Amino acid sequence: MSEVSSHAVQHQAPTGFIRKHVFSLDHKVIGKQYYALALVAVVTGMMLSWLMRIHLVWPNAPIPGLHFLSKAGAPGNVMTPEFYLSLMTMHGTLMVFFVLTNAPFAAFGNYFLPIQIGAEDMAFPRFNMMSFWTTFLAFVVLMAAFFVPDGPPIAGWTAYAPLSAVGGDAGPGEALGQTLWGVSIFIFCIASLLGALNFIATTLDLRAKGMTLMRMPICTWAWFITSCISLLAFAVLMPACLLLILDRVAGTSFFIPSNLVISDRLQPHSGGSPLLWQHLFWFFGHPEVYIAILPAMGIVSHILINSMRKPLLSAKVIIYCMMGIGFMSYMVWGHHMFVSGMNPFSSLAFSFPTLMITIPATLMTLIWLGSLYGSKLRITAASLFALGFLSMFVSGGVSGFFLAQPAIDIYLHATYFVVGHFHMVMGVAAIFGVFAGTYFWFPKMTGHMMSESLGKLHFWGTFIGTYCIFMPFHYLGLAGNVRRYSAFTDDFLVPLIPLHKFITYAALFTGAVQLIFLFNLVYSRFKGAPAPDNPWECTSLEWTMPSPPPFDNFGGKHPVVYHDPYQYGMTNAAGGDYIMQTSPEASPTGD
Amino acid sequence: MSEASVAVGGHAAGMMEASPFAIPSKKLVMWLFIISDAVTFGAMLFAYGYVRNASPDWPHPFQFSPSIVNVMLMTFILVTSSLTMLIAVNHAKTGNKSMAMRWTYITVALGLVFAALHIREWMGMIGQGVRPFQNPWGASLFGATFFSITGLHLLHVVGGVIALTVVAMRYGRGRYTGDDIEIWGLYWHFVDLVWMFVVPLVYLLNVAR
Repeated sequence: MSEVSSHAVQHQAPTGFIRKHVFSLDHKVIGKQYYALALVAVVTGMMLSWLMRIHLVWPNAPIPGLHFLSKAGAPGNVMTPEFYLSLMTMHGTLMVFFVLTNAPFAAFGNYFLPIQIGAEDMAFPRFNMMSFWTTFLAFVVLMAAFFVPDGPPIAGWTAYAPLSAVGGDAGPGEALGQTLWGVSIFIFCIASLLGALNFIATTLDLRAKGMTLMRMPICTWAWFITSCISLLAFAVLMPACLLLILDRVAGTSFFIPSNLVISDRLQPHSGGSPLLWQHLFWFFGHPEVYIAILPAMGIVSHILINSMRKPLLSAKVIIYCMMGIGFMSYMVWGHHMFVSGMNPFSSLAFSFPTLMITIPATLMTLIWLGSLYGSKLRITAASLFALGFLSMFVSGGVSGFFLAQPAIDIYLHATYFVVGHFHMVMGVAAIFGVFAGTYFWFPKMTGHMMSESLGKLHFWGTFIGTYCIFMPFHYLGLAGNVRRYSAFTDDFLVPLIPLHKFITYAALFTGAVQLIFLFNLVYSRFKGAPAPDNPWECTSLEWTMPSPPPFDNFGGKHPVVYHDPYQYGMTNAAGGDYIMQTSPEASPTGD
Repeated sequence: MSEASVAVGGHAAGMMEASPFAIPSKKLVMWLFIISDAVTFGAMLFAYGYVRNASPDWPHPFQFSPSIVNVMLMTFILVTSSLTMLIAVNHAKTGNKSMAMRWTYITVALGLVFAALHIREWMGMIGQGVRPFQNPWGASLFGATFFSITGLHLLHVVGGVIALTVVAMRYGRGRYTGDDIEIWGLYWHFVDLVWMFVVPLVYLLNVAR
């Protein structure tokens, strides 16, 4: 830990392009870099999903230009079933790791966690820079799978063994592509662990005077709890990837059983267990769901409080619920494995805590809804997306009650019901949190306001579009539509094809709506109205500084905090209805 | 001046909220790393237990002599190195720089002896025909688990040897403080502690009957 930089006297911003924008130590630049990487990943991942959706309903139609992506995977521009699986794997991996982990947690967390606690940077800026560039390396290694001869892997983002472990016999992409996948995720784990260490140390050690733990905004808490979860979750995925790579390159058989015949060839492995991979993977994989959703919960709480102009019914209960969810997330991984052949008694043992974990989640939802009741909500693009988050979280969460019970899950597990469930509750809900955060913090990050009308248009298009995509998934699943099939043209699922067509149109529509967001992002960055210091009349520390914040955040001074960030709905000295955290005036509530 | 000491400086001057653990950021990060790394070793040992229980023909190749004698010797050396590390940390705390450096270097030397004995043992195993994918006695995963678990531990020992050397040198030149010796001492004790799990689980469970 050679943290011997001259940070303490580094009140002058670096001037060179490389130090300022590329290998920057500034947490704000690193936050934006994470955001940009997530943006690239989400656009790529979304385009892959369009290709999949188009192939699902017109399986024999050529997609112009597809052979540029893979010669073997798209002869005559028609996607092969195997290439469909490659695209699905890359879609899942990009979205889960490089979007849902990076955008709400690493991007916004990096930018705003230090500011919200009154620090001038992260505790270890050099670590921070390494975290980002290690993540970037992981991204490059993953994308390289598109350019190797046999293409990206086909084993899905969960990389279930033995398919992922035996090598080229298992199909296209399972030779070099899957190895690149393993290496990429291994590198990603290192980056996430570095980031988690830094976030925890920063939160505990660099709080401004008066910023007690309970005075931290809910989103700071969410980032803090999320980093605690990552610290343990990625520590298990890392050795799991190591063992997977060993199986693939060193001939070991951790995840490969004896007498396995694949592609008419007896595999030269013996004694391993595919279930072991599922245990190790889901011990990471379930907490990962909360790594994606907790920061969104935090961001949404922050924005709702600000838009309602009153505190939540209880901020403390929200924070304790997030802690409870974080703790319990380690006890429920087996609910992903009800149909894996695991002992049915284990299913029972995992089902119970899975139903338990819905209690804090429900409690949080009730607090959000109860607080909204009777409040005069300011309708902005940010608050609309926060409401959209609640809607998605509830709609996606309710199907979780069904899936938590082995008896029902056995029927639904390998169907679109599960796909619909996790896309809504983990994917779209977390993305709505990111959108809300973007509309809320963009003025602070760039010094320009975003267009509110375009933002509201973007919201309604996305909200309606995503419901049109993912709600029918539940029906498809109940009707027995299995996952991971590349076409349904010649079996009992033919009657469902019109619904699939509707979903594909909805997906293309929702994707097109995102162009409004991208346009808004770029246009407002350069042409947006100049942002005042505190456009939303918010109480937390980031709104005490100029927009955009100067290099050293607080100008070398240590801010002093007098209140918790929930001081809304009173009259302050200047006639406003809120008291800043840094304002020394007395609050009527005494907090 | 490091970021970590900025935090400490801020605390001393009363400009910042006190850290709940009242330790420097660097030491906190080392503790967090140890927690995370313990989970990583835990996952490796879990995987080992999983495949070991699932294999009816798990081999028990370790003879009392030379294998277990060698492991006892290695254990003795590693535990002793924890003791010498403690002495170094105590000297660093009282500000006795040369003694702290000397005892850190002795720890490094013991770490190197441990690594050498370990590599010699590995060579012996490889000579007997043990590979990650096969061995002469039974379940093929024996070699895979043996080499991956002890290999990961050996990697930690070698990493610790390098880190302690660098830290001691920089401490000597005044770039690092006694705190850094203590922080890397924590790491060294952790590596020692991991070995206390590896010995019974990987060696003693597999003694020849």
